[in-house]
Amino acid sequence: MKTQHKPLFYVRTLAAWGVALLLFFPLGWLVLTAFKTELQAISVPPLLLFTPTLENFTLVQERSDYLLYAQNSLITSVASTFLGLALAFPAAYSMAFFKGKYTKDILMWMLSTKMMPAVGALVPIYVLAQNSGLLDSRTALIIIFTLSNLPIMVWMLYSQFKEIPGEILEAARMDGATLWQEFSKVLLPLTLGGLASTGLLCMVLSWNEAFWSLNLSAAKAGTLATLIASYSSPEGLFWAKLSAASFMAIGPIVVFGWFSQKQLVQGLTFGAVK
Amino acid sequence: MAYLKLERIEKIFGETRVIKGIDLEIKQGEFVVFVGPSGCGKSTLLRLIAGLEHIDGGSLQLDGRDITHLPSSKRDLAMVFQSYALYPHMSVFENMSFALKLAKVDPAVIKEKVDRAAKILNLTQYLERTPKELSGGQRQRVAIGRAIVRAPKVFLFDEPLSNLDAALRGQTRIEIAKLHRDLGATTIYVTHDQVEAMTLADRVVVLRDGIIEQVGTPLELYDRPANQFVAQFIGTPQMNIVSAKQMPALQTTAGLTLPEGGFVGLRPENVVLHPPGQGLLQGQVDLVEALGAETLIYVTTSQGAPLVSRQNERTPLRVGDAVGIQIDLEAAHVFDANGRITRTGQTHETPTH
Repeated sequence: MKTQHKPLFYVRTLAAWGVALLLFFPLGWLVLTAFKTELQAISVPPLLLFTPTLENFTLVQERSDYLLYAQNSLITSVASTFLGLALAFPAAYSMAFFKGKYTKDILMWMLSTKMMPAVGALVPIYVLAQNSGLLDSRTALIIIFTLSNLPIMVWMLYSQFKEIPGEILEAARMDGATLWQEFSKVLLPLTLGGLASTGLLCMVLSWNEAFWSLNLSAAKAGTLATLIASYSSPEGLFWAKLSAASFMAIGPIVVFGWFSQKQLVQGLTFGAVK
Repeated sequence: MAYLKLERIEKIFGETRVIKGIDLEIKQGEFVVFVGPSGCGKSTLLRLIAGLEHIDGGSLQLDGRDITHLPSSKRDLAMVFQSYALYPHMSVFENMSFALKLAKVDPAVIKEKVDRAAKILNLTQYLERTPKELSGGQRQRVAIGRAIVRAPKVFLFDEPLSNLDAALRGQTRIEIAKLHRDLGATTIYVTHDQVEAMTLADRVVVLRDGIIEQVGTPLELYDRPANQFVAQFIGTPQMNIVSAKQMPALQTTAGLTLPEGGFVGLRPENVVLHPPGQGLLQGQVDLVEALGAETLIYVTTSQGAPLVSRQNERTPLRVGDAVGIQIDLEAAHVFDANGRITRTGQTHETPTH
């Protein structure tokens, strides 16, 4: 069956494609460049058709241990996510179900810490890390990632817990549930989706985090963000290798995001429609 | 002997004392209803007994044990919430068996108990469904079922019928009364609906502003209210309350002594209408409510006092008709300016004891 569309429909479709291509262009170009030689990468006019090569990827792996950086990224983002959830869950629980006089203020204060530029805290945190011997360690990154994601995690979980009627938890208490059973048998099953999306988002945020990893880590604990950065300035710009490194750095998280997009969107819009 | 004993129970929210020292004794097997206008503290008092709110003063004893500071989970009480508060992720069976499962009861015993409760409540064919696949009335029955499978020491009901429509409410009320008769369980039931209070209760506790106004059987409250508030709260339509000034005839003709600034209270059935010229007072019809079995006639006396008359016969009276009003003076209650009762009217029905 064929439907007749109005001209406006085609205009809109065209515009949507235009915007999508525009947004995708830098990323697409990066992917293309990753498969070019350095010479092809800087040729004018830019090449669209060329024989792809994997040489850049081999070179990147040779020069710097990609797997080590990937491992660091994975460990720091997973660990900070679980640590963050473990801290945010009880915090959000008490704020959602045992609202006090200052709960709203505390929530606002937590959010306000995200408004401060990170560089403002750089010196004290750098000194703290240095004095405790944690410079260039995954522990330092895990702690920093956890703390910087905590406000978002508390907020997301808080808004999900707000959707659960408190009487359901009270009913569990009347039924003889201990605090732990109230968590594990009632609250957790009811908020599993929200918990998952909170965790997923924070994992993405930690993976992509660059500021703190650049400043607090180097060869030992460096994440993929620092690997990309290492291809920029000191030796001049190697576009093709830089692109290959970037491609390898963002690849896993793009795949991860693709598979969990439903959960992510659900978590971010939770409570918005009702 | 008291089964559940409340001694000077207090609750403070911020700077407000919402429960101001409640003393009450409840016997085993008794059905007690807390009733009062919204904001009187009846639900708070129930939540204090349940352990869902912290008790700020006084003590609470259940079956000889002090439970004032025991957490809800250790009190062995069951509660039916206004919103039902069923676990949305569990089936009806899982909802009803949750408490027993937490108590590590043998699965075979759990099944037997849940099946029996489901049978009593007509839920057998719904055991595998989730709460959202049930109607409001069915959810309510699951909530009650969840309470009865546990055989708790005391059942607590927090306005359980207020989310149901009128027909279902009446039906469920009868079911709750039957259930209580069959199980004989000690029950505390909170409602703002005085009809529920009158029909279900062995004893009614009337609350206002965090204190008990009166405790008594439904008919005691109806016949011998302790004050004007209780007199007006119990009974529909409300007791007529007329200021002494608007009733000069009572003082002159009937010789009733009315305190300065006091009030006369008359149940609608004690106000009888006659043809104009007869009776103690004269008035005019404002409104007629013909309910079939009974008729309510709203009149205003020539002194401007509004009165309601209830009669079992239908009436030819129409709005604006002049009437004579006869008052059963024997039955009239008298309250002083502060609403305290100074004279209790006599009832003509056979005495209850």
